Amino acid sequence: MSEERIYLPSIKRDVILASLAKGERLDGRKFDQYREIRLEKGIVGKAEGSARVYIGSTQVIAGVKLSIGNPFPDTPNEGVQIVNAELSPLASPLFEWGPPGEEDIELARVIDRGLRSARTVDLSKLVIIPGTKVWTLYIDIYPLDHDGNIIDAAGLAALLALLDTKVPKTTVDSGKITVLEEKEPLPVTNLVIYVTVAKIDEYLILDPTLEEELAADAKITFGVTEKGEICAIQKSGEGSFKPEEVLKARDLAINASKQLFEAVKKTVGLADMPQQAQQA
Amino acid sequence: MKKTPPERLIDENGRRIDGRLPDEMRPLRIEAGVLKNADGSAYVELGNNKVIAAAYGPREVVPRHEALPDRAVFRCRYTMLPFSVDERKSPQPSRREVELSKVIREALAPAIFLQEYPRTAIEVYINIIQADGGTRTASIIAGAVALADAGISMRDLVAAIAVGKIGDILVLDINGLEDQFGDGDMPIAMMPSRGEITLLQADGVYTPQQIEEAIKLAQKAIQKIYAEQVRALKSKYEAIKESE
Repeated sequence: MSEERIYLPSIKRDVILASLAKGERLDGRKFDQYREIRLEKGIVGKAEGSARVYIGSTQVIAGVKLSIGNPFPDTPNEGVQIVNAELSPLASPLFEWGPPGEEDIELARVIDRGLRSARTVDLSKLVIIPGTKVWTLYIDIYPLDHDGNIIDAAGLAALLALLDTKVPKTTVDSGKITVLEEKEPLPVTNLVIYVTVAKIDEYLILDPTLEEELAADAKITFGVTEKGEICAIQKSGEGSFKPEEVLKARDLAINASKQLFEAVKKTVGLADMPQQAQQA
Repeated sequence: MKKTPPERLIDENGRRIDGRLPDEMRPLRIEAGVLKNADGSAYVELGNNKVIAAAYGPREVVPRHEALPDRAVFRCRYTMLPFSVDERKSPQPSRREVELSKVIREALAPAIFLQEYPRTAIEVYINIIQADGGTRTASIIAGAVALADAGISMRDLVAAIAVGKIGDILVLDINGLEDQFGDGDMPIAMMPSRGEITLLQADGVYTPQQIEEAIKLAQKAIQKIYAEQVRALKSKYEAIKESE
């Protein structure tokens, strides 16, 4: 829906760079410092799972809806996971109204890839009638306020919404499916956190604000698992990274993911955490 | 027309399903200047992938209000032809094609001196004629040659290759089967002379160390691809010179 085609005045970029040269960011943060985050789950009663995430003044909500559908032909014994994101003008003057554009689609696809690679949701547990009827899991992500780093916020919102999701139990009687009142938690078996690093000139900074993003040459996002493995990478922007910069950004991301995992666990409450996550 | 999963993707001798070793690339063929109408063009075969790219520009920006006062607008469209894959692909742009158009544009853009062409458009159109894993990297190889063939001023070419994962082994340049049934895909594009990464994506799970290894593995192949890109561009102009 959007093309980020608004430019930062070059004098602003100069101010940002002058500050970075002194080792400071305009909001007073260190290069490797994340903004304050706030996590809420269960914000939408009608949704099977939902969450709201603030990173500084960036705000994103995500909701999970479930419906019974057909599996993909190549994965007949797995539920279907669909991630959608919409960058609406409600969230920023940079976003234009209209059909999904490159940024919306990229955002949704990067979040989807990380969740799949990490096997966040055990899709094999979402089968109702093997080969024919499965749960379709819709994860819809809506940024409400854009002050940079939408992708990390979207990832956190999606993860929290999944951890909040309850799936109705079903019974099958000669091919007829009955959806029961009773619900059980969605089988979330592995957690994934997305961490973005922006490159402005020679400087690598964690969790960029909007003006830092607009000043940036390029960004790189890492999906990180609880074990500190990388399960998704996406470079974006019309700039480049030296190989050593990619590795430095990787380390920044892995490091930052630890505090974000902690925050997620605190919000969800350890009792609700998936088995593997509890052991870690 | 559906593929069945192979029994194994690597045999006991470390050979892959098409006989290659883990660090072996598929045969690469590049030809520059294959289209008459486009300002620049290129044809690339990487294994079974067949890709054609056309570059236009600098030319007038349409619609005009999209023109930028300080640099060229750079556009890129990646299109998979309906018959390029096993199951016919609908000709409407898929979400995958929209994303790939963006990442290919962002892979090529760092190499172009866009500031030298204010108020103009530079455009690259890429058609996948046949797909077999690694079409975005083949597209970047073709797109860079097409841009150079169009005479657009550039910092460097851009070359690209994917590193995949089979079990815990990193393998270079995965084919369609390895992409479908393997354990990861990490396409990497670089400006070969400058040594800078312009595209990096990944799915699958990697240890931090494997990210470094994958970049090293790609870097070697990218130098070979670059040499072939340069050869293709030179041979077009040598052929013109000889015919004079």
